Amino acid sequence: MTTTDAGPIIETNGLTREFRIREGARRRTLVAVDDLTLRIEPGEAVGYIGANGAGKSTTIKMLTGILVPSRGEVTTCGLRPVQDRRRLARQVGVVFGQRSQLWWDLPVRESFRILAAIHDLSATAERDRTDELVERLEMGEFLATPVRQLSLGQRMRAEMAAALLHSPRLVILDEPTIGLDVLSKQRLREFLVAERRTHGTTLLLTTHDMGDVERLCDRILVIDRGRLAYDGDLPGLSRTVGAERVLVVDLAEAVADLTGITGTRHLASEGHGLRQRLAFDAETTTAARVLAAVSERAEVLDLTVEEPDIEDVVRRIYAARR
Amino acid sequence: MRAVPSGVRVYWRILVAGFRRQSAYLLAAFGGLVANTTFGLLKVAILFATVRAAGGELEGYDVALMSTYIWVSQGLLGSVNLFGRIDIADRIKDGDVAVDFLRPLDVQAAAITTEVGKSLFNLIPRGIPSVLIGGLVVGMALPDNPVAYLLGAASIVLGIAISAATVYLVVAAPGFWLVETRGLQILYMVVSGFLAGLFVPIWIFPRWLEIVAQATPFPSMMMYPVDIISGRVDSGQGLLLIAVQVGWLVGVGALGQVLTRAGRRHLEVQGG
Repeated sequence: MTTTDAGPIIETNGLTREFRIREGARRRTLVAVDDLTLRIEPGEAVGYIGANGAGKSTTIKMLTGILVPSRGEVTTCGLRPVQDRRRLARQVGVVFGQRSQLWWDLPVRESFRILAAIHDLSATAERDRTDELVERLEMGEFLATPVRQLSLGQRMRAEMAAALLHSPRLVILDEPTIGLDVLSKQRLREFLVAERRTHGTTLLLTTHDMGDVERLCDRILVIDRGRLAYDGDLPGLSRTVGAERVLVVDLAEAVADLTGITGTRHLASEGHGLRQRLAFDAETTTAARVLAAVSERAEVLDLTVEEPDIEDVVRRIYAARR
Repeated sequence: MRAVPSGVRVYWRILVAGFRRQSAYLLAAFGGLVANTTFGLLKVAILFATVRAAGGELEGYDVALMSTYIWVSQGLLGSVNLFGRIDIADRIKDGDVAVDFLRPLDVQAAAITTEVGKSLFNLIPRGIPSVLIGGLVVGMALPDNPVAYLLGAASIVLGIAISAATVYLVVAAPGFWLVETRGLQILYMVVSGFLAGLFVPIWIFPRWLEIVAQATPFPSMMMYPVDIISGRVDSGQGLLLIAVQVGWLVGVGALGQVLTRAGRRHLEVQGG
């Protein structure tokens, strides 16, 4: 497409944004994003997490050129977001869970046509891409329905398609699964995984839904009061805060509580010991070792490993920093 | 990769989208027609009496020409924005304008094009029927010269565009700085109708007020198109009025562009 393909897809250096807030007669300055320096390479899938008000949306607004930074530098797709807004818009797709980019009174199909014109797609590109998205997001049955009559699940699929119609290199999702049921969430996640696989799209998503992060992201950024609190992968995040994983085993016969296995803590037993839950620290032992120890005592029929709840992990990170 | 979108295609699509969106509200348009017609009859009663009291002619208006003025101006009321409401103002207020800025489009041009599309649709259920009803019920004078209709059509489209661009400038763009722009909208509504010649032709204003009106874009929205299509002015004068309209459109549009650029840097999209 352009010469900007090489190099990081997002790069910030000392990125800062302050807001002047009026409280009665007094004014104070709130630092929403504080000296943020990060680099995201093409093809990465990055989860950007943090509590409400931590600075996630402010960052996204600066990355996309909606908001002018107070200080620092930002380049997205090799462009300066504010100055090169229109050129950047051709390479980025943004899904806001709480804002619509569809034409409310018009059929879904019509929104896609307008967006194809906006992004200057050729007739062939428009048809091929629309067909692809309609198939992958299963939108055939409501293409002719006015947007205002769609269910939330249907509308979010259409929103996703609208943001991705121009095959952007970078897709930014701001709480894309908010309010959706489990099945709808699952469908959107599967779609994004497939989209990434076939097109090498870079994903950056903010979410409170840890399922999104676990299923979609291979890198996690945690932001706390405008500052980067963690940058790494999910297991590393758990390690950093020492969060435990839980091995759940279904046994062939009821046995006594599986206590005393090195590196584990017995949490609970159900069905007189037919199912037992063991917490273990991934730093000191492995799931395989724990399983071997359990197998010496009873026959294991089935097992699952529960990952730590990431909201809990985020809380721990915040607590550790205070 | 092209630096700019093939502008015609994209703005045409946006115009058509505005047109189609409005077609979803046919019942509202019919309600508007009923209101237009009612107020048209009211204007007939008052203005016809005024013309007759003046001895059958008032500042060049006889009863037939006054009738044309009344029904064309009433017909344009569904399309020329004299109310000061515009979608983009709401989008700026609630932050949806962020979505607009994330498109490779000129936000001002897209907003105005959408409004023009909606207005053009309204000519079908409100504009044309209003003129037909008035013509059938009261009778009116119409020009014989086909050129008047061509110029009139161009002037109407320009008038619609000027009104959209002015509402954008006066009501929507200040929203980049102000939290609440309803006061501006009401102010616009009060001033625009009067100076655009909605209630009485500006040519029967006192001379000083007529000059004040002409120093604003409002007569270009409604008075001039009505003058051209009613044949009150000849083709030469019509062309001159159209030139004035183009001037206002460029001026108002340029100012709106300046405010949009400055406003974008000031914008703090509220909420998530």
